[in-house]
Amino acid sequence: MGQSKAAVIRSDLDIVIARTLARDMARALGFGAIDQARIATAVSELARNIFLYAGSGSVTVREIEKNGRRGLEVVCEDQGPGIPDIDLVMQDGYSTSRGMGMGLPGAKRLMDDFLIDSRDGEGTIITCRKWRL
Amino acid sequence: MESVRIPILKIDDVLIASIQQTLHDASAVQFKDDLLQKIYDTKARGLIIDLTASDIIDSFIGRLISDIAAMAGLMGTRVVITGLQPAVAITLVELGLELRGVSTALNLEKGLAALRRQVEESRDGAE
Repeated sequence: MGQSKAAVIRSDLDIVIARTLARDMARALGFGAIDQARIATAVSELARNIFLYAGSGSVTVREIEKNGRRGLEVVCEDQGPGIPDIDLVMQDGYSTSRGMGMGLPGAKRLMDDFLIDSRDGEGTIITCRKWRL
Repeated sequence: MESVRIPILKIDDVLIASIQQTLHDASAVQFKDDLLQKIYDTKARGLIIDLTASDIIDSFIGRLISDIAAMAGLMGTRVVITGLQPAVAITLVELGLELRGVSTALNLEKGLAALRRQVEESRDGAE
């Protein structure tokens, strides 16, 4: 079973903690410098979304394996308002607060898999993965 | 937690700030305010923000850098960003943040030379 680490997001300081956690695990799993930066940046965007839109939540990073390939999975969870229109927020340039239009589409481009599970008024779970080459 | 203050150095009429530590959002905003105040106080003609030691720039910091360049420009100060690491340049473009309108240079030395040229040109143009 792979290792797993979690960070609670409650302030802007926690965004830095979450992305450092993700980068450290990416490095430990053997990802190169550029993929480490991609993973850390994606986590930074997603953790900031939690802080801005839901107020609080959590980011969990874990080692995964599928068909002999190793990878890193990031799960971002909050009990915020949810995303009413996922297609809309996945459009480049869409923004609801402080000009943060880049968050989700940008994070998706930096990762390999990107799944959003959001329920109106209940919260959002975003799961994304990066696979080792 | 106390916000991290980034030292801002002055050489002739150019200010140089090198981001050496991880910035959380509040200290990044503090940095912007400090820089603009320092430009005003010193009447600097140019500003270099050196990112050699930054291994991650997310959309928040990227946008802040664009804002600083635009705001300093309004005050009449040229801004050059130097020392972007390859991984940072790649993630910025993939994020969709290309820092349009911001001058960049490979390193501090080239940035300083570019800035001096720009300041000279604007001085000639003003005469």
